Amino acid sequence: MLLSIRSLTKAFPGTRALDDVDFDVAAGEVHALLGENGAGKSTLIKCLTGAYQRDAGTIALDGARIDPRSTSQAQELGIGTVYQEVNLLPNLTVAQNLMFGREPRRFGLVDSRRTRVVAQAMLQQYGLDINVDRDLGTYSVAIQQIVAIARAVSLSGKVLILDEPTASLDRREVEMVFDVVRDLRDRGLGIVFVSHFLDQVFELTDRVTILRNGRKIVTETTSNLNRMSLIEHMLGRALEDAVSETHDHGKAAAPRMLQFDGIGRAGVIDPFDMTVGQGEVVGLAGLLGSGRTETAEMLFGLRQSQGGQARDVDGPLDLRNPRAAIGAGFGFAPEDRKTDGIVADLSVRQNIILGLQARRGWARPVPRAEQNRLADDYIRKLDIRTSDREKPIGELSGGNQQKAVLARWLAMNPRFLILDEPTRGIDVGAHAEILRLIEDLTAQGMSVLVISSEIDELVAVADRVIVLRDRRHVAELTGAEVTGDRIMRAIADEAAA
Amino acid sequence: MNTRALPLYATIAIFLLAYLLAWTQFPNILSTRVLGNLLTDNAYLGIVAVGMTLVILSGGIDLSVGSVIAFSGVFIAVVLRDTGLHPLVVFALLLLLTTAFGAGMGFLIDRLAMPAFIVTLAGMFLARGAAYMLSIQSVPIQHPFFQTLQGAYYLMPGKGRLTLIGVLMLLVVALGMVIAHRTRFGASVYALGGGEQTARLMGVRQGRTTVLVYAFSGAMAGLSGIVFSVYTGSGYSLATVGTELTAIAAVVIGGTLLSGGAGYVLGTLVGVLTMGLIQTYIVFDGSLSSWWTKIVIGLLLLVFILLQKGLLKLSGSRLARGAA
Repeated sequence: MLLSIRSLTKAFPGTRALDDVDFDVAAGEVHALLGENGAGKSTLIKCLTGAYQRDAGTIALDGARIDPRSTSQAQELGIGTVYQEVNLLPNLTVAQNLMFGREPRRFGLVDSRRTRVVAQAMLQQYGLDINVDRDLGTYSVAIQQIVAIARAVSLSGKVLILDEPTASLDRREVEMVFDVVRDLRDRGLGIVFVSHFLDQVFELTDRVTILRNGRKIVTETTSNLNRMSLIEHMLGRALEDAVSETHDHGKAAAPRMLQFDGIGRAGVIDPFDMTVGQGEVVGLAGLLGSGRTETAEMLFGLRQSQGGQARDVDGPLDLRNPRAAIGAGFGFAPEDRKTDGIVADLSVRQNIILGLQARRGWARPVPRAEQNRLADDYIRKLDIRTSDREKPIGELSGGNQQKAVLARWLAMNPRFLILDEPTRGIDVGAHAEILRLIEDLTAQGMSVLVISSEIDELVAVADRVIVLRDRRHVAELTGAEVTGDRIMRAIADEAAA
Repeated sequence: MNTRALPLYATIAIFLLAYLLAWTQFPNILSTRVLGNLLTDNAYLGIVAVGMTLVILSGGIDLSVGSVIAFSGVFIAVVLRDTGLHPLVVFALLLLLTTAFGAGMGFLIDRLAMPAFIVTLAGMFLARGAAYMLSIQSVPIQHPFFQTLQGAYYLMPGKGRLTLIGVLMLLVVALGMVIAHRTRFGASVYALGGGEQTARLMGVRQGRTTVLVYAFSGAMAGLSGIVFSVYTGSGYSLATVGTELTAIAAVVIGGTLLSGGAGYVLGTLVGVLTMGLIQTYIVFDGSLSSWWTKIVIGLLLLVFILLQKGLLKLSGSRLARGAA
């Protein structure tokens, strides 16, 4: 084995990001590393590249134990990495980027002519014949990606880690990058390929390792797997699992409240139609990167739709930007609570009052007594566990932060609430409370859109589930069709509803 | 051709166009005399602007240079008045001092992860205060060596004087070009300006580069102070107030991106000369208030900021097309 990882363990406060994980890469193979958000992929890669220090376990390269302490040290040992966001400098020329830090010199000065010649020759190995004197930023992302690969290989040359290298490429460009990767494999490099595009995994890789919740689930030859088994491993849920139906799916006849026609944006999400009934919970299911969050962002005006229209019973709605969407009675609790949801240094009261105050404008402050009343009210109603309302919200647990974010929207009395992964990073108790809260809200006539990676959660809470794949809405399941099996099959594109 | 170089070409075009316009009105403006004076009068600004160019390319800013120039003048004048040291020795001492001063600011910026704006603002007050401490009055410099320096020039055809300080400025520009474009340090400066995180991943030694950049700027400010003392023949603690901003303006007019990572040292020279040309035009005209200089410079700055924004948009949309 070229690279051999044994019993790798890494813990962070509150979570075990990697738990006793084994992982091998042979010379001349492309090995896919798969898993949903929080499965431990990035932690594993960061331990390999020296960005994190592991707590336990061994890493061996060519049979010798290694202990990289920094990215540059990992590079010198032979482990190079290429990230989704190209980690090169667009303001330098291609040649400068390739040769950075080891430019040939003459009389102590950089010999730009020789730099150019060497860079040109290096790229020709990859079948790339471009003007290396132009700024890297003027080339397409695919070419930048290949330049990044060329640099990583020339610096390291044993193991190449590709972290979502194709996420922003189109089909033809992906093919370009794949040709390069295959060529490197044939030259004997060990390649770790991280991607959430399953087609690409089947197309390119020799073996697959799947992680879930910090544990290794399986390592298997790619050709022995099919889409279904792959997804089962990733989501940790076998098809034969019978899920008890706890939710009454009898609300399909809810009066239609919102209608979206042809909302979409090139390169983000294909145009889709969608309706939301009053008091209805609509779920969005799909793998990471399938376009769930993008759908929510389009509806809330965070991204502009190219064409299409939104309307309610009274006529067209203006969803140009979040402010307009809020005006239309929408609310959005984003996925990344820490950076997009809360203001960590402000108190629970201030966080709850934030949305309401923003809508009233700075000239009409919410009276302090009213603020206190609202905050206390929601702290009690949602059972936000905090010593008092003036405590900085950053000191609360994730579940209680999420409840405060919900309280902020509820204070504005929206009619349509979008919740992106509302239970991510929340303990089991709070998890159930949030789900119950969603049901309470819909019983009062509010409509909710829930995005979740946990299929059981969608089954439990949603009246209707829309399934996304590869940035497209591919299926819609209603009423009795909302079962774990049907959702899984739709995600895997087998016998869609 | 790189879109990156477009602002440089635009600067050169604007300079030539302005010169042409001025020439149609005052044919005398195209003479070696005017050219020589342009270099001499702006020598101190050009030198300090080269240092500023590197700082801005690295993504930083140095607000202390105007004060450092004033301090340098007073330092030279007072030391020459009170001791028997030879001016060359005083120059060496001063350069050591200002380089260390710059390096210290760079160290603080890097170590404390403080914004360069605040650290060099503190440096600005510090250097100005130190100049006051040495002398509040303007101190004349009477050393014979200074007369030698002031009298050193090459008489160009057409009776224009190519002075020592003018030549020094051109040499500094050449030095700046070599450092920026032909050394690994220069590449690191561009890399830092392009993105600190990425630069670190590519192996740039961020601390070392930051310290060196501000040390270089400090050295250039000291050298500029020497040139200014030769030019005025005195040291005055109230001199060159706001020169740091004029230098920044010259750098931006010269086509360097204020956010760092893109630009050319040569552009800065053209920027300085453009500003000097406007001044010269106003002198030739005689009836215009000298405040027009400021107004025209303000407009030019605006034009260049818009130009750069436009170019960024252009290259951005090309990228998007490439990726689509």
